[in-house]
Amino acid sequence: MQKKTTTQKVTNIAHRRQPNRSRGGDILIYLMLGLTALIMVYPLVFALAASLKPLDELFRFPPRLLPVNPTFDNFADLVVTMGQSWVPFGRYLTNTVLITVLGTAGHLMVASMAAFVLAKYDFPGSKAFFRLVVVALMFSGYVTGIPNYLMLTRLHLVDTSWSVILPAFAAPIGLFLMKQFMESIPMALLESAKVDGASEWRIFWQIVMPNVKPAWLTLIIFSVQGLWNVRAQTVIYSEAKKTLTYALQQIQAGGIARTGQAAAVTVIMMLVPITIFILSQTQILETMASSGIKE
Amino acid sequence: MSTMNKYINLRKRNLSDAWYRAKQMYVCYLFLLPFAVLFVTFYILPMFTSIRYSFTYYNILEPARWIGLKNYINLVLQDDIFLISVKNTFIIAVITGPIGYILSFMFAWFINELPRWLRSVAVVVFYAPSIAGNAYFIFGIIFRGDVYGYLNSFLVRTGIINAPILWLTDPKYMMTVVVLVLLWMSMGTGFLAFVAGLKGVDQAQYEAGYVDGVRNRWQELYYITLPNMRPMLLFGAVMSITAAFSVADQTMALCGYPSTDYAAHTVVTHLFDYGYTRFDMGYASAIATLLFLTMILTNKAIQSMLRRIGT
Repeated sequence: MQKKTTTQKVTNIAHRRQPNRSRGGDILIYLMLGLTALIMVYPLVFALAASLKPLDELFRFPPRLLPVNPTFDNFADLVVTMGQSWVPFGRYLTNTVLITVLGTAGHLMVASMAAFVLAKYDFPGSKAFFRLVVVALMFSGYVTGIPNYLMLTRLHLVDTSWSVILPAFAAPIGLFLMKQFMESIPMALLESAKVDGASEWRIFWQIVMPNVKPAWLTLIIFSVQGLWNVRAQTVIYSEAKKTLTYALQQIQAGGIARTGQAAAVTVIMMLVPITIFILSQTQILETMASSGIKE
Repeated sequence: MSTMNKYINLRKRNLSDAWYRAKQMYVCYLFLLPFAVLFVTFYILPMFTSIRYSFTYYNILEPARWIGLKNYINLVLQDDIFLISVKNTFIIAVITGPIGYILSFMFAWFINELPRWLRSVAVVVFYAPSIAGNAYFIFGIIFRGDVYGYLNSFLVRTGIINAPILWLTDPKYMMTVVVLVLLWMSMGTGFLAFVAGLKGVDQAQYEAGYVDGVRNRWQELYYITLPNMRPMLLFGAVMSITAAFSVADQTMALCGYPSTDYAAHTVVTHLFDYGYTRFDMGYASAIATLLFLTMILTNKAIQSMLRRIGT
């Protein structure tokens, strides 16, 4: 690890001295990057600022970006509004946390087990199965939404949290990224363990899994990002089982009178995935380096 | 005849070989089993059921009734709103797909040359919009139709317009706003793969490039960087094509569902309309099947194009 960072530093210095870069081009690129970065970040800052504005500033004319007297009133109001809802706020939160935690943990386990054998062994059907997973990356969940609903009905899972959790276990993107990453583990490592008499399960659990921690984080962020935002309004209809996102979006839909609270909701919803990403960026990029589709 | 027999014998031998190897490696199948069962149940089987239901009239209450190609014929010949939704989806896909993809690569490429700490910040800034939950909701306030909307108030104050524009309810502007919001969100998974892939290109190849007379950054991009990035480019393309054809949440949140004159109606919102509002599952399945075929074919076509880069 230490060695890697030093070589990186060296290449970085080399990078800045590349002989075939024009000064003018560099300046132009920096300008473009800076400008676009502002555009990218503006709506997010805007949401944050709006969530901290008192009512009179939200409807001030002309409007200004940053609040003059920042306040947490909107967040407090949000708690009050949610407190008056039919189902207590804590219930929505518990539902979403449960879905996110169980779905992500199961996905990590199930996808890693499959990725391990697909990456490291060549058994009849393994290539065909992986090709099928790549095809599944090419269509979105909307396409299979209706038959999925019918399938869940037949399995008596509709209107339970499992209707969201179980399909999340087998999300193709997780298996794909994990398999591509595991291919970099040297076969010799597994063989030496096998010589020592370790079972496949022990090889998987004690050698492979500890070696792919960056990929764990990547699977976790993709899974959390999907499940934290899941509305599931089509498969869950009992109010007490609904997700946080669903409840919060009802508030966002509350119209102009709730602009401040709606902004507060947006902030709560975006903070979770962004924070996880900031904390695990290095590992995620390490995993994505092996994400390519090889020919 | 004898070649035929030889072929059959060969196949038989291959099959028994495969069977033997499969028995030897049965542990592999045990590892694959949990994923395979769920994957087939929730991703592969539904695809086939969807195709089957698309040839039926099915409203959940009564058993499905076979009606042949009628759903497809109605979709193409009678359903004007479907045609609007196809048009909108294609406009969105053709603009945000390629532009989002190229921008993702371009910014990843620019960011790659930044110093280390600045690069980390830049990656977060560019990637954040695509993972920020439904932060696109905030554009509803920016583009609000009254004079308190940020854009309207700015334009009115500077004298460019003298009455507020209904950005999200006037069919003239809706698609433009949607496309802008989607472009804002387009630096997604593909972008991350590009950033990571660019970091991994072997430095020695660039140095060899200087010696061999690669004169500027564009030549370097074409002769060294792009060929090295081919697997990432393929992966990024899959991600952005699939996303570009599945747009629905953003249009529903910003322009409403249904939107004025269906001006921001997409194929997926049309599918929602028939599937979850009218419970005409057969019809909705026909829409889903067409969408599925479009996604797969576009992906295949783009992949064969990308494979030619730098060769």
